[in-house]
Amino acid sequence: MEHRAGIEWSAQTSYVARADFNALIDALLNHGYIVVGPTIRDGAIVFGEVQSDRDFPVGATDVQDGGKYRIGEHTAPTLFSFAASPHSLKTYLYPSRSLLYSAHGSSGNFAVDAPAPQTPARYAFIGVRSCDLHAMNLQDKVFLEGAYVDPGYKHRRENAFLIAVNCGKPAGTCFCVSMGTGPKAPPLFDLALTEICDDSGHYFVVECGSAQGSAILACVPHRPAEATELHAAQEVVRGAERAMGRKLDTTDIKELLYRNAESPRWEKVADRCLSCANCTMVCPTCFCSTVEDTTDLTGAHAERWRVWDSCFTIDFSHIHGGSVRKSGSSRYRHWITHKLASWQDQFGASGCVGCGRCVTWCPVGIDITEEIAILRQTETDHETLPEEQGNARD
Amino acid sequence: MAPAPKPKLAVWKFASCDGCQLSLLDCEDELLAVADAVEIAYFPEATRAVVKGPDDLSLVEGSITTQHDAARIHQVRKSSKRLVTIGACATAGGIQALRNFADVSEYTKYVYANPSYISTLATSTPISRHVYVDFELQGCPINKTQLLEVISAFVHGRKPNIASHSVCIECKRSGTPCVMVTQGTPCMGPITHAGCGSICPSYGRGCYSCFGPMETPNTASLAKWFEKLGDDRAAVLRKFRTFYSGKEAYRKESGRHEPG
Ligand code: SF4
Ligand code: SF4
Ligand code: SF4
Repeated sequence: MEHRAGIEWSAQTSYVARADFNALIDALLNHGYIVVGPTIRDGAIVFGEVQSDRDFPVGATDVQDGGKYRIGEHTAPTLFSFAASPHSLKTYLYPSRSLLYSAHGSSGNFAVDAPAPQTPARYAFIGVRSCDLHAMNLQDKVFLEGAYVDPGYKHRRENAFLIAVNCGKPAGTCFCVSMGTGPKAPPLFDLALTEICDDSGHYFVVECGSAQGSAILACVPHRPAEATELHAAQEVVRGAERAMGRKLDTTDIKELLYRNAESPRWEKVADRCLSCANCTMVCPTCFCSTVEDTTDLTGAHAERWRVWDSCFTIDFSHIHGGSVRKSGSSRYRHWITHKLASWQDQFGASGCVGCGRCVTWCPVGIDITEEIAILRQTETDHETLPEEQGNARD
Repeated sequence: MAPAPKPKLAVWKFASCDGCQLSLLDCEDELLAVADAVEIAYFPEATRAVVKGPDDLSLVEGSITTQHDAARIHQVRKSSKRLVTIGACATAGGIQALRNFADVSEYTKYVYANPSYISTLATSTPISRHVYVDFELQGCPINKTQLLEVISAFVHGRKPNIASHSVCIECKRSGTPCVMVTQGTPCMGPITHAGCGSICPSYGRGCYSCFGPMETPNTASLAKWFEKLGDDRAAVLRKFRTFYSGKEAYRKESGRHEPG
């Protein structure tokens, strides 16, 4: 896949009228893609299969906070005035459950079945956010680089058509600006849209990131964007930058976490943390899985499945003799330290892209940005503590 | 080589509603495979034929609520190579463990015309309180797919794939948006043992914890959040005293929400 480098605005941008949006979906459908876009399910705007703009959350927005998500009404009939949903590209590119192989055998003979032919699921995603493209880039490192390439992921990833949307309305839990991962989409997309809906009209400023992107755009009525239209798009993104719901100070963050392995703060988080694993499930970069081996009743047929797992479960760190991380404090510490610190050592980048999902979807509202801020504060407080402690012991 | 004799399976009932053993009969499509893989040696709900023990695998349903049963479970243990308890009653005392919070003689007076005929213990206790148990399968009732998994695992001498983490993981794997986050509906899922496939949240309801506490249940934190969502003491108490009040974590947490 060829992509242009640089994160600036494309030199050439196009104008697509809102009225022609369905032509874009039709073009993707005609090219044989399963089109996945934002749609409302059970009180949330999530990814689902879409056929036309009727499946989109027209005029909807989202209200997000720690442990809270509500669909709200926007003042205009926009298609993309909301932020990250509980689903991300991970939901599709790295499904929660997949068969690794099946085997059959009888009394001592064991043979692995020939893999079923890959069903060519070609997804086109509409409405991928900047944080999600960054997250996908990280999962690419995990699944596509190194000695072992994940064939299923590779297949789905190579066949994916990505239509990014530059955010105009970040949620209360977003902090991509802090992580350097948005709101302007990095050039990993095939097409990128910026939605403008104001007195001048309702339209999209479109950037093209690949040859297949140009091919699809060619099927949709468009013309070069005028300077005023590009300017309006840039204003949308600048507005989003200013409207970030949260902040995370990343100064020295790796060292901060490494030197605070014994911070008293971990016990405090553990008082609240349920070890439910929601944070890891919704995180678009978390990639851990477990492997389940099963046999049927006859014992003649066996299957090996890979399913999403989490560092918050006891089995996850179970080795001979028991679980390594028995306490809630050790599990939370492990998770946040991996995300923000050891990920850098492992993959050369932060494991957090500031999407805010773990904050919103934590059932008790534990907030990664708040925990880092408090950790810093606890450390500062402690610098003045030895003396106080001495006094207390007297 | 002559085929190995089939392992003998027995199904025992103690104080229970029969729902869990019904799950076995409910395995319509797989029932023949079960009958092929094991010899059904004792299963009064399914057949009156009885094959002499000892049994290779005993499934035990129900809790211990009488002197007679307290003695009988030792007989079952003695005649079983492996003993697996199934359901909330057998693993935690069941709904009838609510009696552990009340005075039994007091309410038998209200329920029975002749309470003197009633011979019962003051408590309802799980099987594991009385004999060694090889594996506990949770649920009220248990999930039939999980039951088949456990039987297959025991027949083939492997570890059953039964996860003891939260129900939330099941919600997320299936893409169900969280009811607590999207609606503010109190949900026991974060501290509840997986296994049902998050049925209630997928219908927009909070989890009732009919699979009991998960491996590391932080009951106090969730109870505090329920209060924040608007539950009063009685509502919180009820959540911890329904199917699994006999489990220590729930017994303790419910005690913190007693009236007064
Ligand atoms: S750690 Fe939280 S904010 Fe960061 S990428 Fe994961 S879900 Fe998003
Ligand atoms: S931080 Fe929140 S979402 Fe993550 S395990 Fe703890 S309670 Fe669950
Ligand atoms: S609906 Fe309940 S079980 Fe599902 S994720 Fe939310 S809190 Fe967990």
